[in-house]
Amino acid sequence: MDEARMIRRGLGPRLWLAGGWLLLALLAAIFAPLVAPQDPLAQDLMLERLPPFWMSGAEPGYWLGTDSLGRDLLSRLIFGGRIAFVVAFAAAFAACLVGSTLGLIAGYFGGWADRIISRIVDIWMAFPPVLFAILLVAVLGTGLSSVIIAIAVIDWTRFCRVIRAETMGQSRMDYVENARIAGYGRIGIMLREVLPNVVPSIVALLSLEMGIAVIVEAILSFVNLSISTDDPTWGGIIAEGRLSIHQAWWVLVFPLITLILTVLSFSQFGEALRARFDPVLR
Amino acid sequence: MAEPLISVRGLKVALPDMTRKPLIGRAPLAEILKGLDFDLPRGSVTGIVGESGSGKSTLGRALVRLLEPSAGSISVEGRDISHLSEAELRPLRRNLQMIFQDPMSSLNPRRAIASIIAAPLKQNGLGDHLKTRVAEALQRVGLPQSFASRYRHELSGGQRQRVGIARALALSPKFVLADEIVSGLDVSTQAQILTLLEKLAAEMGLTVAFISHDLSVIRRLCRQVIVMREGRIVEASATDALFENPKEAYTRDLIAAIPLPEIDADWLRPATKAPA
Amino acid sequence: MSATCLEIRNLSAVLANGQRVLRSVSLAVEPGEVRALVGESGAGKTMIGKAVLGVLPLSVRIVEGDMLLEGENLGRLSPKARRTLIGTRTALIPQDPLTALNPSRRIGPQMTDRLVRILGWNGERADQRIRQLLEEVQIRDPDRVLKSYPHELSGGMRQRVLIAAAFAAEPRLIVADEPTTALDVTVQKQILRLIAQLQREHGTAILFVTHDLGVVAKISQKVSVLYAGKVVEEAETAALFAAPQHPYTRALMAATPRYTDPLASLKPVDEAVLAGLAAEIAAADRAWRPRHG
Repeated sequence: MDEARMIRRGLGPRLWLAGGWLLLALLAAIFAPLVAPQDPLAQDLMLERLPPFWMSGAEPGYWLGTDSLGRDLLSRLIFGGRIAFVVAFAAAFAACLVGSTLGLIAGYFGGWADRIISRIVDIWMAFPPVLFAILLVAVLGTGLSSVIIAIAVIDWTRFCRVIRAETMGQSRMDYVENARIAGYGRIGIMLREVLPNVVPSIVALLSLEMGIAVIVEAILSFVNLSISTDDPTWGGIIAEGRLSIHQAWWVLVFPLITLILTVLSFSQFGEALRARFDPVLR
Repeated sequence: MAEPLISVRGLKVALPDMTRKPLIGRAPLAEILKGLDFDLPRGSVTGIVGESGSGKSTLGRALVRLLEPSAGSISVEGRDISHLSEAELRPLRRNLQMIFQDPMSSLNPRRAIASIIAAPLKQNGLGDHLKTRVAEALQRVGLPQSFASRYRHELSGGQRQRVGIARALALSPKFVLADEIVSGLDVSTQAQILTLLEKLAAEMGLTVAFISHDLSVIRRLCRQVIVMREGRIVEASATDALFENPKEAYTRDLIAAIPLPEIDADWLRPATKAPA
Repeated sequence: MSATCLEIRNLSAVLANGQRVLRSVSLAVEPGEVRALVGESGAGKTMIGKAVLGVLPLSVRIVEGDMLLEGENLGRLSPKARRTLIGTRTALIPQDPLTALNPSRRIGPQMTDRLVRILGWNGERADQRIRQLLEEVQIRDPDRVLKSYPHELSGGMRQRVLIAAAFAAEPRLIVADEPTTALDVTVQKQILRLIAQLQREHGTAILFVTHDLGVVAKISQKVSVLYAGKVVEEAETAALFAAPQHPYTRALMAATPRYTDPLASLKPVDEAVLAGLAAEIAAADRAWRPRHG
């Protein structure tokens, strides 16, 4: 007990830092029209490549500077967060739903169900993920929903493998047999007894997957396969920044920092959540 | 003697032997139980003793039909349950309960004690007055009512095993299988749990199969004993007779190997004949 | 007269949160004698064994007391000197013979390792020594055993191998940590017999950790009864079984099953005894001030 309390205390700052950043970024994205200092699409060639606020030549109101078309970088990052978060939540939940369900079935029922699901997972994972995504988007056409579907279709295997292993471990516990003795059927046991014990893993994976979805979306934007409109995306901003790295490094560096912080926060948040809210000390 | 509650005839159980599984294809079957015949008389505690590999736990799992026998029959009140499907078994489960060896693993970590005890009640149509029934069950095993809202990891080993007993007995079953239920406990706790089981079995008129590796415990608790070795019954008789006059050499070895808590300088002297 | 093999004086240890796990433990093991440490889970008996071998978990800190191995105070030695001393003079017979052996290495090299590394023997001498010991523990075909992997041997065989390995380096003291708990009774008897025989022939002192008063009665000459990290009674084994002094010892004996006297055994421990123990420990903790800490 005491040991557990110590671990929980130790995880405090990690949870708060990661959660704090995610909350800040999420709120900024939701209220982007109110928060963003400028119109993210407004071009002004008079204001091109303004440096961030602490450097000479900076303009007030353009905190992180502007890109080569004179668009405000901070505002673009805030609006880009909207797409990033929509993709993160939608794609991760979709992948989680498909992967966890199949993983639970494979792990609990074993036998043929396991063999079929596991073979599909093996084959699936042999595809290079980014190429697979590009291919999918090419087929589905660009657009927000295509990106979400592509990520879910690629990454459900991640959930499936982990949840299958976890479920197999839990299924060997005596409490599963104890439920049979109590008169429960197979599906009842799976949902009532086993599922609650794999939920912490699902939560941790879900959070991790949100970070991965943000990256994949950025990659697709980077290769110009994500959202066809002019809406700013983090990947798109990075791609543009790359072209002007020698004249305006900030256009590349700030979106990169935003991306890294967000992805890191997602993974840390998931781990911390699991450790903190797991009532079982294993 | 009255008609036995459970009759076992020619019971065989074979399980896949994963150590001999070929790279491709099914694992060959290994016969764990090689034809057992015995009866469990109503309302009495029968001890099943054996060393590792004797098949005593497999036998237990077959008795409550967590395993399906490969041959022979298990009759409960005259009805053969050896090949019933899971659905056909469900109404019978009420009378075939089990207390597990390791209460840590047999209690779901994510359920409160009340919910663990209530599960078999709900599933067997006794979902009304749940709170009262759970309270009765807790009281029966000597746990305070406040434990209803606790979780597995907040309990000591002995308390967990009491919960296991409360759950198994909540349905007032006719038969309870107790599989090494005290082997993980300290002696002082072990004594408490055994006394509790002894008392409840007498009060409720339970038929109990008590699986253990410890003959001393069996002597105290059981009216008759089945000694098993390598999937066969070596000897089965009334407990007193077994201890006072063991017929088989293996039984004698088993008894002689128990270190009694008393000084005996000869006990560790090399035997004239090494035990098999 | 040779020095006391192991002397523990006033040893106290705490967890990181300040909770005491050993409460001023004192005990001595004379050369060539078997001292049993008996107690229930949480009594600290395994902890004492680990402290002697210098392998306490990081979460446990010794705050007080001395341990003397053949007169040398372990606390006054440099970490390296301490390791060497412990390595050459002591050995362990562990509880679980399966996890104590590396599953991916053959038995032979695992057994000779210690002799070569710590005692600096050459391979041939170590090999000979191991074969001699395997013979002493009645392993009939040492060639096969030395070439085997741990999982290819039965539990009893593995424990024999570990006993042979423990005695091979001629330690002065062996810590046996519940060495027969994982075994069947018939195998347990053979293993106890073997330990007793080797102990007599080699004149090794043993600190024998167990929860089983039956095993205590058979194997030891002296015994310390522990509860919550405190020695509640200490006596010659024969005297303890003839007339246990402490109420807890008496309760423990009454709780231990005895097939010869079923009705007088398996008595639950009296609440009053446990309350008495709790009061005893609380009083000891109030009076206790760690010397440094």
